Amino acid sequence: MIRFAVLRAVFLSFALLFVAACTSSEEDVTETVAAEPATPGSERDFIVNVGDRVFFQTDQTTLTESAKETLRRQAAWLKLYPSVRIQVEGHADERGTREYNIALSARRGNTTKAFLVSQGIDPSRVDTIAYGKERPVALCDAESCWSQNRRAVTLITSGGQS
Amino acid sequence: MMTNSAALWNRFIKPALAVVLLAACFVIATDQRASALIEIDITRGTIEPLPIAISGFLSSDSRGQEYATDIVSVINNNLTNSGLFEAISQDAFIERISDFNAQPRFGDWRIINAQALVTGRITLESDGRLKAEFRLWDVLAQQQMTGFQFFTTPRNWRRISHLISDAIYERLTGETGYFDSRVVFIEETGPKNERVKRLAMMDQDGANFRRLTDGEHLVLTPRFNPRSQEITYMSYASGEPRVYLYNIETGQQQVVGEFPGMTFSPRFSPDGLQVIMSLQQGGNANIYTMELQTRRTQRLTNTPAIDTAPSFAPDGSQISFESDRSGSQQIYVMNSDGSDQRRISYGDGRYSTPVWSPRGDLIAFTKLLNGRFLIGVMKADGSGERILTEGYHNEGPTWSPNGRVLMFFRESRGEHGGPRLWSVDLTGRNEREVDTTNFASDPAWSPLMN
Repeated sequence: MIRFAVLRAVFLSFALLFVAACTSSEEDVTETVAAEPATPGSERDFIVNVGDRVFFQTDQTTLTESAKETLRRQAAWLKLYPSVRIQVEGHADERGTREYNIALSARRGNTTKAFLVSQGIDPSRVDTIAYGKERPVALCDAESCWSQNRRAVTLITSGGQS
Repeated sequence: MMTNSAALWNRFIKPALAVVLLAACFVIATDQRASALIEIDITRGTIEPLPIAISGFLSSDSRGQEYATDIVSVINNNLTNSGLFEAISQDAFIERISDFNAQPRFGDWRIINAQALVTGRITLESDGRLKAEFRLWDVLAQQQMTGFQFFTTPRNWRRISHLISDAIYERLTGETGYFDSRVVFIEETGPKNERVKRLAMMDQDGANFRRLTDGEHLVLTPRFNPRSQEITYMSYASGEPRVYLYNIETGQQQVVGEFPGMTFSPRFSPDGLQVIMSLQQGGNANIYTMELQTRRTQRLTNTPAIDTAPSFAPDGSQISFESDRSGSQQIYVMNSDGSDQRRISYGDGRYSTPVWSPRGDLIAFTKLLNGRFLIGVMKADGSGERILTEGYHNEGPTWSPNGRVLMFFRESRGEHGGPRLWSVDLTGRNEREVDTTNFASDPAWSPLMN
């Protein structure tokens, strides 16, 4: 179930990204994207074949086993493409106060970065930014949505294949 | 003979005696309490709103009459929203005031149960200025309690209305008013997952709304400088989120210092010379002050925890803040040099966003309990906790300049939900939405403008 939610979130966010860049209708674009194979070393390769995000428990910043698994894959992929630089975005769900959530999400981003570094990634390749509760991806007022928002997302900022 | 003396008594002596008695009562009353004619005791738990009649302000010409009508309407709205006054409908008035300088017919106002009466006159001077005069009358004591006149450019008619409202509030409650003040906040537009946030400002009653930033960059948590036309806030404009200053008069924005990490949750010191804020380094947030003139920084907390939401006591001697150093968010107080850090919140739940009252007596906070968000106050030693409102999501209280009212934001649920501004007084009974066109969050009340 969790895996499914992750994949769906990943797919949706990618679809949204793509839609934002184009003007054609959403359905057409989504189908086109899904049909195209990912170029190795590209952002899409990273999102689809590695997984760009990890999730946290309520008010927690420690990595779950499944999060560590994702980050090991991310580290392995980053080693394959050493010119890639990344930014880790920390996020919190909406069920906290604003300032605390900013710091909490910073801690999540930092924990994620530290794990990647422990897997052999040069810290100078990794930036972090904290968004608090300001950038939710799931919008309902239930745990099923909040759990998707408590996340750290790895973005490729440069060096990826187009 | 008997009849004659009885008649004399009834016709002359009794009323005379009554006047003397009244005068005597008045002397005794003023002896006991210098300010007391009618008075609202706003320190009590329950408050019966004081019935007040605000008569139409007089004006000799039609342009002046428009201002007069608008000014009365703003005063009416201010006093009613405070929860301390019940403005009597003008339809009920018996006397139509026609001479600003004559005594009102107090009997006519007593019949409609008015305890206080406001009269006024608006004159447009030949030099283009607007003159606003008003008198506040005690209907039962049949006396003028206060009276002022103000001169201004007609454009400032709203401020005049607020100044008159404050004068009435102050005379009747013995407390400083709060109507001549503004609120800076975050205006929110667009869908929940692509919210556009702008710095915005308005009068405390929602009028004179204006945007200060264009929404290109995410901005959060604005706070007024208590001493100048300046705001400090957090912005994502430069990539790494940082604390900024915004000059209201010039529109100029500048970063507050270069720090080795994200800075956030800023607030001014009471003298306006320092900004206190959190600096994020790795997984920890610690509290720093920066002197704005010298750019000298001082670290006040040093824990492997999230220390944030700092707020000075009005005398500058102490600072409240929140920290999760004990495992969950709790409120702490320390001296302004960082010494003697002590936890003050010990109730159930998590405590967050402490804000020191401008009166110095209370700390307002957001409390998270059983999945709900509450707004409350406690004394600076943590005792006397009182919850003023609770619900799905209430957050981020800010004090009115007189420390009697809190404004905060309340978020509605779900995909199309969003925040709106609300106010509640210290009794917790007078809760009102502050009208804004779009969603609004992170309110911060200015000091009095005068």
